[in-house]
Amino acid sequence: MSIFKDAGHLFRFAGLFVLAFLVFLVVRHYVVPKSFGQYGHYRGAAIGEIAQHPAKFAGHEACETCHSDVADKKKAGKHAHVNCEACHGAIFERLPVAEQPKPNLFQRAVALVVHPLPSDPPLLRHAEDPTVKPVLPDTAVLCASCHTASAAKPKGFPQVVPAEHSNGMPCETCHQPHSPGMATPVAAAGGAK
Amino acid sequence: MNLSRRQMLILLPAAAVAWKSVLAGSPEESPNYKMTDHWWGMLIDIPKCIGCGNCVRACATENDVPDGYFRTWVERYHRSDWPMNESGEVTANPLIVPEVISPDGGKEGFPAATDESGKYFFVPKMCNHCADSPCTQVCPVGATFISPDGVVLVDQKYCLGCAYCVQACPYGCRYVHPTKEVADKCTLCYHRITQGLTTACCEACPTGARQLVDLKNPNDPIHEFLKTHSVQVLKPQMATGAKLFYNDLDGSVR
Amino acid sequence: MNGVEGYMYPNEITLYWSVLIVLYPYITGLVAGAFILASLERVFRVEAVKPTYRLALLTALAFLLVAPLPLVLHLGHPFRSPEMYFTPHSTSAMAMFGYVYMWYLMAVLVFEIWLDYRREIVLLSQSSTGLLRLIYKVMTLGSTNISPRSLAIDERVGWIVTLVGIPSAFLLHGYVGFIFGSIKANPWWSSPLMPVVFIFSAMVSGIAGVMLLYMAITKLRKQTIDMRCVDSIAMYMFYIFIIDFSLEMLDLVHRIYEADESFRSLDFMVHTKLYFSQIVIQICLGTILPLVLLFLTQVVKLPEIARKRIYGLSGCLALIGIFAMRWNVVIGGQLFSKSFLGYTTYKMALATKEGLFMAIALTLLPLLFLWVLIKLLPPWPEKSEHAPAIGD
Repeated sequence: MSIFKDAGHLFRFAGLFVLAFLVFLVVRHYVVPKSFGQYGHYRGAAIGEIAQHPAKFAGHEACETCHSDVADKKKAGKHAHVNCEACHGAIFERLPVAEQPKPNLFQRAVALVVHPLPSDPPLLRHAEDPTVKPVLPDTAVLCASCHTASAAKPKGFPQVVPAEHSNGMPCETCHQPHSPGMATPVAAAGGAK
Repeated sequence: MNLSRRQMLILLPAAAVAWKSVLAGSPEESPNYKMTDHWWGMLIDIPKCIGCGNCVRACATENDVPDGYFRTWVERYHRSDWPMNESGEVTANPLIVPEVISPDGGKEGFPAATDESGKYFFVPKMCNHCADSPCTQVCPVGATFISPDGVVLVDQKYCLGCAYCVQACPYGCRYVHPTKEVADKCTLCYHRITQGLTTACCEACPTGARQLVDLKNPNDPIHEFLKTHSVQVLKPQMATGAKLFYNDLDGSVR
Repeated sequence: MNGVEGYMYPNEITLYWSVLIVLYPYITGLVAGAFILASLERVFRVEAVKPTYRLALLTALAFLLVAPLPLVLHLGHPFRSPEMYFTPHSTSAMAMFGYVYMWYLMAVLVFEIWLDYRREIVLLSQSSTGLLRLIYKVMTLGSTNISPRSLAIDERVGWIVTLVGIPSAFLLHGYVGFIFGSIKANPWWSSPLMPVVFIFSAMVSGIAGVMLLYMAITKLRKQTIDMRCVDSIAMYMFYIFIIDFSLEMLDLVHRIYEADESFRSLDFMVHTKLYFSQIVIQICLGTILPLVLLFLTQVVKLPEIARKRIYGLSGCLALIGIFAMRWNVVIGGQLFSKSFLGYTTYKMALATKEGLFMAIALTLLPLLFLWVLIKLLPPWPEKSEHAPAIGD
């Protein structure tokens, strides 16, 4: 009896612990995201959110639905394995930074404290509006980015020293980018059947 | 290639269907994608890589990777000939001390190499999507994880930004995003592969040096490739279960 | 360019663990060390160190209250830190920090201090006035029972808490060592000796810290320093320092002899970027010099004033040396590339969230806390004029 009386303060201390633990459990119940633990020790919904990220490269199949003529021509040539967007760039491009909507003062103040994930700025969509054209690459730069000679490149890979190779003539004078062999464009198209 | 307006109107619906699939959708929402049916990895064919940097640029465009940080990058190795001094002693072991460069992650390619001696090769690097990944192991809150289809992902709404995972990755594939202040890394273009597309780096690679592989798909060419080639992973001594397979990897690569 | 020599993986050029993460093991180390010193008196019955018992406990509490601050401040999203409590990841060494910290703070330190001070708290809650009275009243938890029997129970429970506290202190700090020691990707950290080295260096720093605080505060209070107490503290510091030094040398010799794939790179780093902080500060000034000085006090009969000066000097050197050790572990571990082909540079910011000023503020903050705690719960024997308060 008196042991309980003289140890009463210890029970008060222990009571605080139990109380804090119960509060913790209640808070935890409300705070932990619902999908946490769905597949493992993480937020299951995160997988879906990551998969929502908008693609910028449409993939060559998407291009080929309209541009089948180019696809056929390319298939027969040396660039058969080079996908459209490897040279033409991603079809969905970001708006230039200057044209993106600016956050207002309040949004910027909030962003300072909580760092929200910036929402994706709008994309240019060539598919929805065909007048929005991907930039035509400059062959002088584009071809050189792969075919400039270097001792570091695999020996079998076709490479040239651009200044010595063409006397300043544009590459497409001799090589059609979609089928770059030295044959005339007509012959290349014929080969494709 | 110059389509008339008429052709365009006919073709547009078909294109729209193809592009719809490109646009976002969660794996649960795409009926054709079941996470448990896939186990993703990647094959890198070193003899095919020309170091053009197309993959680095494509990745940065596709995933809005901030400047100076890399979800994928390309290294150029130069294993010199055995160096000897005047008295004929070997002074260094090029296998242990290769010369490596990666200017801006190889984003704009590499300067032309003029020194013909030794051996050169390019090594594209990215997250190894390890099956026993040290980075997901150390995350204190479960903000990074291996998805059921074998992709190492970061939940950026849950990440604390403690950078412990950055320290734990043996390959240097992670960074803390400078403005989001959370861990960031290659997602193996999860938003693309769940839609039936390949990754941006594979799509943009002009030589086919990168191939997305699905190890659970019996028809994937990777199975045949693994039978006929000598394939290695990076830092096998780390026992991370890396799924980034390198064909013809040189012993000096680390 | 960017302070990079050789080749770094491009994402490695930035260091993510700054000076704040250096402070974190340093401060927790002081906590663990101060607590071990307190337990010397309580559990191992070393009567000589009794004058520092309560001071050691309050020091431990003051530093422990600050310990998580550098961690939280370095997070990209500090407000998400409660996730560590809500969804701790069982395979993560870091996830346990929240729980180990809470356990050590509440179940060990606060509980032990409360038990030890309960009689004073009850008496002060009756004798003081105003806000202070309210604070003491809350601290009694509404129980004013200070019968001899209840105090005897407190004494007994307090002893058990201290006994539990010793492994807890080891756990708290050994675990901090494990955070680094378990990273297989980083050869500078990856070592099973890391937790042990951390514990022993923590004990040295904590003991040195309390000894210096005791000497300084006694001077400030214009009291005489109890030389018997300081002599035995210095003796314990000397012996633990020897163990700490041996372990660090064992680690070093082992690395040099094994000379694994990382050795060439790490060896180069120690001879260049880390030369000053590792060889000069940590090993020569921060370890060998205080060890020699303390050794002198053990074998030569020195006059009191010389001993005091030597203790003061070697205490300061030990604190600096152990800070350098934390620095070399945390910053050193990020200076070399995991490709073993290059090195980067750490540029400390000044006035940012993780800068030098913040680090200095966080180092001084525990002293402020300690001052408040000492005002609230005086660690010295009560002066006799307060004694009649019992009668009220």
